[in-house]
This record gives sequence, structure tokens and C-alpha cells, in this order.
Amino acid sequence: MSGLVMPKADAATMSRRKEIVAALQAIVPGEGVVDVTNEMRAFESDALTAYRQLPLVVVLPQTVRQVSQILKYCHDNNVKVVPRGSGTSLSGGALPLEDAVLLVMSRFNRILEIDYPNRVAVVQPGVTNLGITKAVEHEGFYYAPDPSSQIACSIGGNVAENSGGVHCLKYGLTANNVLGLEMVLISGEVVRLGGKHLDSEGYDLLGLMTGSEGLLGVVTEVTVRILQKPATARALMVGFPSSETAGQCVADIIAAGIIPGGMEMMDRPAIHAAEDFVHAGYPLDVEALLIIELDGPAVEVNHLIDMVEKIAGRNGASSCIISQSEEERMTFWAGRKAAFPAVGRISPDYLCMDGTIPRKELPQVLAGMRALSEKYGLRVANVFHAGDGNLHPLILYDANIPDELRKAEDFGADILRLCVKVGGVLTGEHGVGVEKRELMPEMFNEIDLNQQIRVKCAFDDKHLLNPGKVFPQLHRCAELGRMHVHRGQLPFPDIPRF
Amino acid sequence: MTILTPSTETEIVEAVQWALSEGAPVEVCGHGSKRGLGRPLQTEHTIALSNHSGVTLYEPDELVLSARAGTPIAELEALLASKGQAFQFEPMDYGPLLGQAAGQGSLGGVLAANLCGPRRLKAGSARDHVLGVRVVSGRGELFKSGGRVVKNVTGYDLSKGMANSWGTLGIATEITFKVLPAPETETTLVVRGLMDDEAARAMAIAMGSSGEVASAAHLPVNICGRFIEGVLKGESSTLLRLEGFAPSVADRVAMLRGLLSSAGAIEEISGKISRKLWQEVRDVIPFADGTERPVWRVSMAPMEAHKLVASMRMGAAADAYYDWQGGLIWMRLDGEPEAEAVRALVRKYGGGHATLVRAPDAVRAATAVFEPQPAALAALSKRLKQQFDPDGILNPGRMVAGV
Repeated sequence: MSGLVMPKADAATMSRRKEIVAALQAIVPGEGVVDVTNEMRAFESDALTAYRQLPLVVVLPQTVRQVSQILKYCHDNNVKVVPRGSGTSLSGGALPLEDAVLLVMSRFNRILEIDYPNRVAVVQPGVTNLGITKAVEHEGFYYAPDPSSQIACSIGGNVAENSGGVHCLKYGLTANNVLGLEMVLISGEVVRLGGKHLDSEGYDLLGLMTGSEGLLGVVTEVTVRILQKPATARALMVGFPSSETAGQCVADIIAAGIIPGGMEMMDRPAIHAAEDFVHAGYPLDVEALLIIELDGPAVEVNHLIDMVEKIAGRNGASSCIISQSEEERMTFWAGRKAAFPAVGRISPDYLCMDGTIPRKELPQVLAGMRALSEKYGLRVANVFHAGDGNLHPLILYDANIPDELRKAEDFGADILRLCVKVGGVLTGEHGVGVEKRELMPEMFNEIDLNQQIRVKCAFDDKHLLNPGKVFPQLHRCAELGRMHVHRGQLPFPDIPRF
Repeated sequence: MTILTPSTETEIVEAVQWALSEGAPVEVCGHGSKRGLGRPLQTEHTIALSNHSGVTLYEPDELVLSARAGTPIAELEALLASKGQAFQFEPMDYGPLLGQAAGQGSLGGVLAANLCGPRRLKAGSARDHVLGVRVVSGRGELFKSGGRVVKNVTGYDLSKGMANSWGTLGIATEITFKVLPAPETETTLVVRGLMDDEAARAMAIAMGSSGEVASAAHLPVNICGRFIEGVLKGESSTLLRLEGFAPSVADRVAMLRGLLSSAGAIEEISGKISRKLWQEVRDVIPFADGTERPVWRVSMAPMEAHKLVASMRMGAAADAYYDWQGGLIWMRLDGEPEAEAVRALVRKYGGGHATLVRAPDAVRAATAVFEPQPAALAALSKRLKQQFDPDGILNPGRMVAGV
């Protein structure tokens, strides 16, 4: 993917740059338009830093009316638009295009309403994920989805990516915790989906929008569910002699009817990297480590801790420590939460992959990864949301060694192919973006992809919103609309019908 | 009149292609249990999925189940129960309300109608549990979306896109759902004697506590005698369902009793009777009266919904109760459906949507059954329909006239 090809810049648009900048300045006066190269540098990549591109111009609107006017202008003048939240995407979802306006939503940073009796918060899309929890925690509430970038990532970006986190087996993804959106279509029309009430009167457009990676519309307001914090939480830290035994322990916990608040697995390289970094007290003589968190009323948590401890014992756990205090529980998590920077310490660069597999396939996938690691001559460490099968292999490489980025990317692509082969998917929570765009045909055939693009056509028939992301090729809508109907005979005439 | 009953995916594709080539719109259904819901169709032909049945994958350890669209839901629930699991969103059964036998629904209808039940607040609806679909579009093409794993953001979520589409976008042939452990025990706290607005406040306090209340419903005094053979007769009943492991349920029952001690007298119902009660709340049993009197299903903000009911009661003979912490109204009227009045009140009290789930055919043909959308949204929905079914052959007009 180092040879990433983005849609060819449109010369006509480039030649109209001055005119476009002036039009945007008329819509967003003051400092809301950034067109100086040095100042635009801050926006040239997201958290997939291997790719950089200066946008045509950056615009930071402050009102829904401005967003509507910007999009309408771009629609009427055939100018592409790349929406951006906080820029924490790991898949290049907010990578600018040379001939596209970068629409940055960070000034939409106000919490509009907190409604405890209806248990919702209404916020602007630039509010950070953690910012929502911070605003309601004095009343004992929180917002459940907790992607690891929650301190920085915006709720608008969470909607675009359908972000998850360690707690989503029990509490769901963004899609399950968002009740309503206000969004602007590329035509400039403002529509509202859902609200403080549940479900849709018609098609589930909210479901289609969530995880659509900025290709269908620009979110200007989000209504989320807030929940009361669980009364208590305790964690077990359990070491296993193999990933198979750890995997069986996870299966047995679920078979016992227990859905833990969080259940994370790390493999040997990840355990060692994390322990060297934060000294969380992780056992170093194990092949797999599970951190299992139970939350809820104290009696329930204690009851379940006993059950899980017994299940771990039956599966040959070589060590099992149960948190006795909030401080100890946080220490267990410290290593896991620092796994990415910990790996960053032992390698100049790393790629973070994001596949999901059926849990039972874990031993096979880990073995396959070891073989690939030898083939490519690159190390890999694994952290794994064990409850839901979301795997984050971290591929270690050195960008200063010629060709090593390409090797790391090929290694990553092979891992994702393996995930698909065992019944899994290309991306669990990071999105397709530009990173996994070319791999989409591994999972979908042409008919599957064309039907997805037809959804895009219903929202944005000129393909102006975030082109070059998600789909390897965007067929023109008119082309996709054609029907080939042959006059047929009545099918399966041998069955009775009356 | 032709009824096609394909039993394989290939036959479903052939059936749609045949309809396309004939230019003949078709009714799409499973076993027809929800035929009385939505605008009446006037198609000559029907594609019924009742023969396309069977479980294709069930792995309890992996919390996943796939089945063909025509598989009876009752059969799937029995299978799940045999492994101590369930569809956590407890899909309701429209049969009794619509004058049909109970237990006739199939898996395709669960997604097409986005069914759910009293656990909606905590567990979501069908849309929140669907993981993957295989669908034949109105173009006669078979496509897939999603997969069999919980965490998946690969491409647009067309599985959710099929939710609440009532067979107008495509025919789901096979659907994969997340399944979860069934709760070990359940107890229902019954607060007696609250007025609707007091009940809304009490339910908000309970749902906002750390008591992990799974369901909250309010049955006004004139209606609560019609549940579980009259056990609750005499005073209004505000229900709070607590589920889970026995020690946890006992602990939360005690906590909530304390929290609501000033609200009113509190009783407890457990086990089988509790389950029966919630099933009756789910399936709208008090209005399953064998008539076609209009029944509304209204989704609003929980603290607002009772205001709509109060206003309706002033002008018409309205019988209503509430689920979802008050945010779901089931309301039966004696005369006309009063669609304009109901929908004006929905708008007045913060928005939401009102569906006329039961009324005679003639009424449903003349009245918008589903909440009409603002122009820009209606146009977007129409464009989406055209992208899936450009010739308009699948359930045309079932949701919106002319779409």
C-alpha cells in the first residue's frame, strides 16, 4: 500500500483554488479558513502517519448553517470534501486530497444538553468521547463506548467509524449507544435522524450512517445514551501456558452465562513489552495473559469472580491474581492500556492491525501469524479483545530500513486475509479508510461492493464526499443504475401454487 | 395470482428475476403473520419464504446463530433455550394483536420489522443484534453484508439497513444474529397506585440508578387488570424488571425498594409469572381483542410520552399503557384513528414517531401507517429504495404510498 493511489486531482478544481477559497471565506469569516501551506501542515495526515497530503484548503465552520452552505457550494461547483474530526483515525479516513476541501469539525465542541431523566446527552460532533463522560460523571453517569483514543477522538469521528473499545461486548459499539443525529447532506440539506426516542419510523438511516467513514454526510449534532456507572468493578489477571488454554477459558466463561465488562488477552511479546514499560506485575513465564473485568453490584461481582476463578483453574491457569482494590485493578489495566506505546519503545515503528475473527480460531490465527512473522522477518506482538474476537497485531518495523514499511504492510495484509479466511473480517473498529481499501475484494465480491456503492449514490450521487476511501473503485452512479432484465419463465414450475 | 415458495437462495433469485421480467410487483412475506401491518398491498403475486427454513450455524460458545429467513422464530427460541441462551432483544409477536395465532413469525420478519421487546432500553432491538445478512435485492442480485463477528466495521452496515425496511429493499435470505446467555432469574417490582406522570418520574429514577433495571413499564389502573389473569387489578402498576444471577437480583431488589420507598406500596412478582407478565406487555395482550379497533405504537422521549396520552384522553376514548421507561406507548382508540391529532401531539412533545399498527384495510390504505418524514428525509428514503429496487417490485407502497 506504500504505492497508495488516490483519485487523480482534478485540474479544473485546482485552477479554481483562489475562487474556492474566497467563496469559503465568504461563508466562514475570520480565521475559519486556512489556506497557507505552513498552517495547513497540521492537517496533512491523521493517525495513520505513513500517508500525508496537503488539502486544497482547510475550513473550520462553527454553525450548522455554515456547514450547509459549504456543502451546497461544493456540490454546486463539483468540489470534493473530506470531513475530519480530531484526526485520530488509524486507517487514513481523514487523509486530505490535493483537490478537496478539508472540512474540520473541531469547533463544534459544545455540549448542548444533558437530560438525566431521559438518560441522554446532546452534543456537537467535535466534543471528545471522554468529554461526554467528564460532563456527566458528577451525577454518576458515563458514556459507555471507550476507544483507546478516547481522550482525543471526537464523537463525530466515533459515529463515522462506529468506534468500539474494551467494554463493547457488554455495552455495545457506538451504533448501539447513539440515539440521534443531525447531519448535512452534500446537497446542503439538513436532516435529523432519531432523537431522544428509540428506533426509526422508516429505514434505519442512523444504522447506515454509523460507520460510513464520512462518505454519506457530515454530522453536526449527536444524541447519545448515558448510563449509570456500575456500582463496582474488579478484575482478574490470569496467566496461561498456551493461547489454546486461554482461549478455552474465555469460551467457558461465556458458556457459563457470564458476559464480563472487559476481557482482554495479550500474547508473550506484548506481555513482555508492557511489563518492561509499566511494571504492572505481569507474569513473564506465560504464553497468554487474560485480564477479565466484572462490573455491577458488589455481590454480583464477587459471585462472578468466584465463578471465573474456578473456570480459570479448570483450564490450567498458571497464575491468577484478583484485584483487591481499585488501585490494583487500575494496575492490571495499566499494562494493557500502554501496550501500544510499550511496543513503540522496543521498535522504531510499528503498524497496528485490526481484524476480527471467530474466537475459537485464535490458536490457528496466532500460529499462522508466527509463520508469517518468520517469512517476512518482522516481529509481531498481539493484543486481543478476547470477548469479541477483535485482534490487534502490532507489526514491528523500522521505516529507515529501505523497503521495510512495504514488507510490514504486506505482512499486515496477509494477516487480514487470514482473518477473512477463518470467517472473520478486515476491520473490527479502525475502519477501512485508505489503509484496507484494496483488501475489500477479499471479503466482498463485485455485486456486494456495488450494492454498497449504490447506498453511497443515494446520499451523494456525484461522489464528492471523502472519495478514495473505503472502496477500491467508485463506479459512477449512472453506470450502476443500469438494469439487465431478461424475460424469464415462471421459476420452479413444479411446486404447487394457488 | 401466483404464490411462489422458493426453498433455496437460487430459487429466490429466480423468483425476483421472473418478477422483474414480468414487470410484476410482488408481496414479500414469511408466513404472513404481520400481513395486517403496513399499507395494504395490491400485488398479484407473492413470494413467501416459508419453505426457506433451517439453522445454518449455531455456535453457543461464540454467541452466534445463522438461519434462513423463513425459519420460525419459535423454533429458534426453543433451540437457544436448550443451551441457556436467547435473543436478548426478545422480539415481540404481533400475531395476537393482529388477530392471528401466536408463534407464527419467522426470522426474516424479525429484521424486516426491527422487532424488539421490553428489554429495548438495555438490550436494543433486532438492528442492534444483527451481524450479517444475505439479501436478494429488487435488482435480482444476491449480495451479502456484515459477517458472523460482533466487531465489524468493514463497509457500510447494510445488515442494519435491512432493519425496519419491511421487505421493500430486498429479500433477506439468511440472517446472522448475536445471541446471549438467558438471565438466570428475574424478579419484577410492582409499585402500586402511581399516576402516569408520577410513574414516569419513578421509572426515570430506577433506570438512572445502578440497579441495572432491564425493563420498566407502567400499566394505568383501567388496564392493569387485563394482564396475567387479573392479578394486578385495582390499582395502577409500575413494573421494574430485574434480571441476572440470583444474589445480584436480590441485592438490586433491596436497593430499589429503598430508592422508591416513598413512591408507593411495592410488591414483588418472580419467576414464571414475571416472565408471563413481560411477555404480555411485549405482545400487547390487553388489545388482542379480536377487533380491528385502531392501535397506535408511539416512540417518544420517556418523560414526554404521558403528556400525549393525557391529551388524547381528553378528546377520545383512549386506552393506553407504557413500556420502555414510558417512552413506548401502546394506545387503542374506540373510533377513528385520529392520525393527525396523534402526530401533532408527537411533534408538540419533543418528537418521535407514531405507527398505526392495527386498523381496517381501508383505513390503512387512506392513512399513513408509518410516521411521515420531512421532505428531505422522505426524498433520501426514496432514493435509497430506488438504489435497491429500481423497478419498485418488492412490497411497493407497503411503507409509503408510491414508494
